[in-house]
Amino acid sequence: MIVPLAHVLVLAAVLFGLGLVCTLVWRSNVIMLLIGIEIMLNAAMLVFVGGSNHWGVADGQVFALIIMAMTSAEVSLALALVVYLHRRKNTVNVDEFRELKD
Amino acid sequence: METYLFYILAVVTVIGTILAITEKHPVHAIVYLVTSFFSLATIFYLLAAPLVAMFEVIIYAGAVMVLFMFVIMMLDLGRSDEARRPELKQWILPIILAGIILTSIGTIATGYAAAPHASGSLTIRDFAETLFRKYGVAVELVSMQLLFAVVGALYLGRKAKS
Repeated sequence: MIVPLAHVLVLAAVLFGLGLVCTLVWRSNVIMLLIGIEIMLNAAMLVFVGGSNHWGVADGQVFALIIMAMTSAEVSLALALVVYLHRRKNTVNVDEFRELKD
Repeated sequence: METYLFYILAVVTVIGTILAITEKHPVHAIVYLVTSFFSLATIFYLLAAPLVAMFEVIIYAGAVMVLFMFVIMMLDLGRSDEARRPELKQWILPIILAGIILTSIGTIATGYAAAPHASGSLTIRDFAETLFRKYGVAVELVSMQLLFAVVGALYLGRKAKS
């Protein structure tokens, strides 16, 4: 272990906080909102890999790989939804997508 | 040496992410994010996960970010005259929330007495045995999940018949 586990956890927490800020702030662009989700998933992967290195078992790396596969599936579906909504409403502003409410 | 490298790469990752989320132009934000992902991949390599580092570069920086870029260009969202970032008062509350989460995790992590970790380094052979012996069912489930994602994306992306 090259660094203490606490430092890896703090770095992952900083990345997660930045992703959370990005998701909460960017309501005017759904692409930036999805980027915030990507940053948060990367922070989760960093925690898994750091724990796997700390305890010397490979399970954490396997879960990082599964998170990556889940992310690629999620991104392809989410971007297909973005294309669909842009075709209907001609905008990517999240505040405009409220047909269910009206 | 590797310890210093970890801290330098951590700083690069955090700065790249900050620049990405404050950039008003989506294409520039994605380029900053690719920088951040490259340094994160090197951190994964330093944490004895070379395979995860390779997949981070290939899948995240390669495929996912190019998919984002492709959608931005297809929908023509990359115009610099239309791009604007949210005003300052929208940033305050999320930053306060993230700060609360950050301080609580930092307090817990620094006060955490690390359990003695197992000796011996992880090899790719350990990784492969864990993946295909212990979690073989998960691999099958992930492959089905990817297939469903492809079907859903095709359904959403098709042209309306009318």
